[in-house]
Amino acid sequence: MLEIRNLHAGIDGKEILKGINLTVNKGEIHAIMGPNGSGKSTLAKVLAGHPQYEVTAGEILYEGRNLLEMSPDERARAGVFMAFQYPIEVPGVSNAQFLRLAYNEKRKHLGEEELDPLEFKDLLKERAKVVEMDASFMTRSVNEGFSGGEKKRNEILQMAVLEPKLAVLDETDSGLDIDALRVVAKGVNQLLTPNNAIIVVTHYQRLLNYIVPDFVHVLANGRIAREGGKELALELESKGYDWIKTADNGKGAVAPAQ
Amino acid sequence: MSTAELLAKQEYKYGFVTDIESDVIPRGLTEDTIRLIVEKKNEPEWMLEFRLKAYRHWLTMTEPKHWPNLDYPTIDYQDIIYYSAPKQKATKKSLDEVDPELLRTFEKLGIPLSEQKQLAGVAVDAVFDSVSVATTYKEKLKKVGVIFCSFTEAIRDYPELVKKYLGSVVPTNDNFFAALNSAVFSDGSFCFIPKGVRCPMELSTYFRINNAESGQFERTLIVAEEGSYVSYLEGCTAPKFDRNQLHAAVVELVALDDAQIKYSTVQNWYAGDEEGRGGIYNFVTKRGKCAGRNSKISWTQVETGSAITWKYPSCILAGDNSIGEFYSVALTNHAQQADTGTKMIHLGKNTRSTIISKGIAAGKSNNSYRGLVKVMPKAEGARNYTQCDSMLIGSTCGANTFPYIEVMNDSSSVEHEASTSKISEEQLFYLQQRGISQEDAVSLIINGFCKDVFLQLPMEFAVEAQRLLGLKLEGSVG
Repeated sequence: MLEIRNLHAGIDGKEILKGINLTVNKGEIHAIMGPNGSGKSTLAKVLAGHPQYEVTAGEILYEGRNLLEMSPDERARAGVFMAFQYPIEVPGVSNAQFLRLAYNEKRKHLGEEELDPLEFKDLLKERAKVVEMDASFMTRSVNEGFSGGEKKRNEILQMAVLEPKLAVLDETDSGLDIDALRVVAKGVNQLLTPNNAIIVVTHYQRLLNYIVPDFVHVLANGRIAREGGKELALELESKGYDWIKTADNGKGAVAPAQ
Repeated sequence: MSTAELLAKQEYKYGFVTDIESDVIPRGLTEDTIRLIVEKKNEPEWMLEFRLKAYRHWLTMTEPKHWPNLDYPTIDYQDIIYYSAPKQKATKKSLDEVDPELLRTFEKLGIPLSEQKQLAGVAVDAVFDSVSVATTYKEKLKKVGVIFCSFTEAIRDYPELVKKYLGSVVPTNDNFFAALNSAVFSDGSFCFIPKGVRCPMELSTYFRINNAESGQFERTLIVAEEGSYVSYLEGCTAPKFDRNQLHAAVVELVALDDAQIKYSTVQNWYAGDEEGRGGIYNFVTKRGKCAGRNSKISWTQVETGSAITWKYPSCILAGDNSIGEFYSVALTNHAQQADTGTKMIHLGKNTRSTIISKGIAAGKSNNSYRGLVKVMPKAEGARNYTQCDSMLIGSTCGANTFPYIEVMNDSSSVEHEASTSKISEEQLFYLQQRGISQEDAVSLIINGFCKDVFLQLPMEFAVEAQRLLGLKLEGSVG
């Protein structure tokens, strides 16, 4: 589904990703971990097409298409979704209005008929159960006045409505208490099918107790320094990131993942 | 594509010219011009006196060019045509006798006038250059006592009412443009809602400038008697011409005891091209007088057009407990300039006013809010709430807020809030990441920003206003 080859990217002329290789197949959950400044969030934003990040080398293939040639909205309509670390407020625009517009864009893209507000309301009510969200959130302005936990739940609600093929969760666990973390993780697990894939970007192992990854990739200095299964995350939890950094300094970047 | 580039793509779809034979007087303004207008319109002597008095005063006045935050070349008032009317039959038995070319023009503008196609629930007075060419539902309204007709007819058929109220809110010597209008105004709409009547439909006037060399000077007078209610809408467009044209209107509203007037405007005059060539100078005086107790006047305006907008729809809150409201969206793009706002003059006890202003500036435009809240000594317990928000798109435009507050008693309260924001790249990216195109994302953010004002508009107008903002900003939304 997704193939990242030798990706170099940065912001304001500063290189952050220095040759990332990653393959994600349908039905898989990948965790991207790493210390602060290692390039985790940069990778998420490059996948989503954030305009401030510049790709200087390498390529990203998504379902055989060159993802880097697609605008952020084209990527979204093609099924790439990013749950934001800091969801943005849009004053005066109701959550329901925003979600319906986004949902109908996707339907148009698929050549399906758009839903009117009443039809959409039913769908939204159904999907809101995934993250245990109250109906009152639908009439409120997008993320305005939402608590940190509510914002993150709202991100997963959007994921539930848009049913992406590839979901990138950028530090979705940051700022969540344990109850909210459970709700969010439960929601994400419900949305995983054999036909989609999830990339979980996180600093801590905590979230991975709930969303169990098939693969763990550890970033250090813009490269994948270590790869393994879910047990790698547990190892990091006990040893900390310094261990990776030291190991990395010892032998340089590991061979690209296949 | 950057937001700024998207903005540059806008198209003005009302820019066409109607090819029609017109009765046009020579350009320039003297007392003879005024006599000629009076003669053409077959007006009584008292109107000539009203006009000449205004004209003589106008000669002593100077154009307000220094205090507004506007910049434009000097207007040559002798180079303007003050009267241009499409040639048509003097008396029309039915609307179907109106020149088909005029009917086609208004239909193209979305205002069908002929009997079969009229808009349901909205009566329209259609003004083309200097004259009203048709008014719909006139007879139906008359049955409930509501008078809705062109100003020309009002002077002929209801002289006592016109004499009583004309100039009672905006005196002929009020300001430079109001004096000019009083001297040369050629038509407009007159609405009279008698005591206790709730006007059964929306009343509206659609203003169209067609002639490249003429100005438009029209007058609207709305009188709501005790306990009555009326909702009035106003729309405007003009063809694309390279030279600037002057539109100097005067609107007067009078609300007696317990009466309510709701006045909504969607202004979409031609704004000039990207470099600022051409476009309408929209210099308008609008003022309402809450003359009676518990009366209410509410202005809602969506200003998207004109090269320059200079207007301050205001309320004189004379009656005790009267209420004045001003809800405004002013959008400027390219080289447009706007200096707009309101004046709330509190005279009566416990009078209340609310001002919500949303300014959006894009391109190289300049957008200023200017507002006065004045509470006189006898206006005990008066209250005002003002909120002025500006949004900037790009880095080459400007937004200013000039609030003037004068409170002359100590039992009143005045609140003022202001904010300036930008459409951020993060906001656009967020919406795009959900599959919404950049253009739709801009439109969504702007409409959200203006929501408090759009909520005040009648339903169809709100939809039109949202669509218009989208069009003005990207040219491909909607």
